[in-house]
Amino acid sequence: MAATPVYRGPFGAAQAERLLWRAGFGPRKGEAAALARKGLRGAVRSLTRPGAEHLVGPEPTDAQGRPLAPFDAAGHDHMWWLDRMVRTSRPLVERMALVWHDWFATQRVGGIPQKGMLDQNELFRRNALGSFAQLLEDVTKDPAMLRWLNGDKNTVRSPNENYAREMMELFTLGVNRGYTEQDIREQARALTGWRGIRRRAEGIYDFVYEPRLHDPGTKTVFGKTGAFAWQDACRLCLQHPNHPSFFVAKLWSYFVPTAPPRATQRALEALYRDGYQVRPLVEAILQHPALYTGPRLVKPPAVYAAGLLRATGGGVSGANWANLGATAGQRLFRPPNVAGWDDKRWLDTSTFRGRWLLAGAALQSTGSSATPRNAKALVDRAAAGLGIRSLTKPTRTVATRLAADALRSNGPDVAERAVRQLLALSPEVQTC
Amino acid sequence: MLTRRACACDDYGRSHAVAGNGLPAIETGMPAPAGTGLTRRSFVAKGLGLALTVYGLDRVSIVDLDGIASAATNDRVLVSIFLDGGADSLSMLFPAADGLYYQYRPTLALPQSAGLPFSEDGRLRWHPSLGSLAQLHGEGKVSVIPAIGYTTPDKSHFTSRHYWEVGATNAGLATGWLGRYLDRVGTRDNPLQGLSLDSRLQPAIATGKVPVASIDGPDRYTFGARRGETPLESRVLDAVGQMGAAHASSRDGAIRQVAAAASQSHRLRRELQGLGASVGQVPASYPQSNDEFPRRLAGLAAMLGTGLPIRCAALKAPGMYDTHADQAGELTTALKLTADSLLAFQRDLEARGLADRVLVHVWSEFGRRVRENGSDGTDHGAGGLGLLIGARTRGRMIGEFPGLGSGLDEQGNLRATSDFRGVYSAILEQWFDTDAAAIIPNAASFSRPSLLK
Repeated sequence: MAATPVYRGPFGAAQAERLLWRAGFGPRKGEAAALARKGLRGAVRSLTRPGAEHLVGPEPTDAQGRPLAPFDAAGHDHMWWLDRMVRTSRPLVERMALVWHDWFATQRVGGIPQKGMLDQNELFRRNALGSFAQLLEDVTKDPAMLRWLNGDKNTVRSPNENYAREMMELFTLGVNRGYTEQDIREQARALTGWRGIRRRAEGIYDFVYEPRLHDPGTKTVFGKTGAFAWQDACRLCLQHPNHPSFFVAKLWSYFVPTAPPRATQRALEALYRDGYQVRPLVEAILQHPALYTGPRLVKPPAVYAAGLLRATGGGVSGANWANLGATAGQRLFRPPNVAGWDDKRWLDTSTFRGRWLLAGAALQSTGSSATPRNAKALVDRAAAGLGIRSLTKPTRTVATRLAADALRSNGPDVAERAVRQLLALSPEVQTC
Repeated sequence: MLTRRACACDDYGRSHAVAGNGLPAIETGMPAPAGTGLTRRSFVAKGLGLALTVYGLDRVSIVDLDGIASAATNDRVLVSIFLDGGADSLSMLFPAADGLYYQYRPTLALPQSAGLPFSEDGRLRWHPSLGSLAQLHGEGKVSVIPAIGYTTPDKSHFTSRHYWEVGATNAGLATGWLGRYLDRVGTRDNPLQGLSLDSRLQPAIATGKVPVASIDGPDRYTFGARRGETPLESRVLDAVGQMGAAHASSRDGAIRQVAAAASQSHRLRRELQGLGASVGQVPASYPQSNDEFPRRLAGLAAMLGTGLPIRCAALKAPGMYDTHADQAGELTTALKLTADSLLAFQRDLEARGLADRVLVHVWSEFGRRVRENGSDGTDHGAGGLGLLIGARTRGRMIGEFPGLGSGLDEQGNLRATSDFRGVYSAILEQWFDTDAAAIIPNAASFSRPSLLK
């Protein structure tokens, strides 16, 4: 098996910082330098094979100072996860959960309680870096997913194609890549057998597999014939010759904005075919030269928000982070549709306004004292406060002008807040 | 009166010299202002927007501005409204007189006498929730496209929707069909020319060259923590705009994306300053709803009423039309809110004297399977329903309803009797007076329906 290329350039704080952004939610103060000391391989392994999780910093509260109620209170699901992204010691695990949340994008429908989405979230976390075969099986029988794509309505007497289609098109093969409408119909039959049970008192859904609802007949999917059931449906997708290429290209795209070189793509496919394991692929991608030498990536809004809080030492308390996330274009647990978010188009005039508001909330608590009275020093300090390693010339020019202007009219403390707000919207901070 | 004063201001000089003041709307041979690439008409519209920005609208009633708005801004506007998920055309306009309908839809079929009859085809009736559309149709303001689609229909939401958005069955096209129209006629300094009334950009108006905007609603595009901006916030926001301009030619694609979003947000914010107060005054009664749709349409009418230079607007209708299950309930509420809002929008435009300038196009990525699926729903189909709404629309059916006998393809889906690319070409040519061949690939191969009165 051909190995994928490994980045051989210097691995200093700048490279460690990019790694922390691509594989997590950016560094806390001093974290990049500490990671750089481990060297590339050690740094990557510390992310892909972290120890037990511990959460750093105080528990978040709502606007009234009460603990979050993520199973019940509106918006607390978003805050709960955002807080975990901010405080976790295992950022890549949370980042992978976000990848799977986007990959298997589920909306909460038809009686699924908020807890149902958090259960699914735990499923993504549990399978974050494990086997995609296990993940696909777990998702296929996940209550929120069964309800969302009508898996619980798909029975021997009335097959429903919704999940069968999306599992091929969006989850395992890619659109029109080696399946027919007939394959979808047959696959839907293989997937029959689930029933949702509503318990009104508790307001929850239980899902059971009932053989009498399953179509026991022979199905032909991708040219293979058998009395297939739901596990077979998953296996058939995984064993489809077009699955590894789909999987590798999609996984890669979450970490690197340009497509993998052909040799890398092939080597990763070979690696993947050997057991459908996610961790070795992520380790290869995170050590690949393209990650360190290639172009920058626009941070997804959740990463941007969590990153600002990590960099400034802030926390998820007080503000309405769910609304802010929605305005910025990424309300966690509410992907726009079953294809997830459009990861290539995060920015437009609406979502840019959302980032402005988000930055305002994230920087709210960052106070300062003994602010410099000199514009240049003030800009340097504001940049350092946001964890910006180096400012580009265009940003520095605009920021210094604003600093001088605001120093004259508003004094140093207000001027520093203004410059921080400006820098939080800079390309330096919005991309990584 | 403020509007008269506005007419006397220098910025307004050239827009003063247009229709209503003894000069033709477009003077042949008059050069566009050098170096700007602005056409005469867009300059006029821009001038009006500028005047409004200068004077503000806080104490000016909308009625005062109607006259000059309709006289000065005569750009035609297309409003693209998307029914997300593949709307069931056989519920919206259902074949009540076809026995096969009741065989294919034993639980979902609407009762034979439900809703209002469709006057152009005795086989069809309007869904009971679409009374507002039936009313507009009776006034000759709705053209129904009963079976629209394309050959070898794709059943994927995302692929088919993409085809509709880019105006071609080409998965690789990255600009929307309206975006390419804007690239052809739009300007580099006017993000409002293509307006997505959504929290995200609607891909149909995604451009390659000129800026377009996305706003939740005109009254919501404020950056201040409270209503309005503090002077300091304004200064920081201006600096954000400058930062965008300063990074515009970065070598890195992601940095250029941030730069473009910063610059366009800055321009949009300037264009909308002062509009907020006027949006509240609405001459039509929109449905009360938690959904944003009626409020967005009301905002759009108000923006058009103040002469803001909008050419294309795109938004999503309320509801989720991917009705694999529990279809009846979902459709009843979503269709009613959609239709009632569209009726209010039409009345609003009429009250503002804008009805001749606006055409509404309603579309969905496909129709649904004719045979119901047993989950009280329907799976993905092919031919679907389209609508063109407006005072200028011809009000006659485009293509026929193919029937449920020979009208189905081998997969049991309704065959399309109109091609969406033909309708797009007709909109471009007949409504926008633009060469469709420059915008729709292979435009010549699609037949054009006649759209306008």
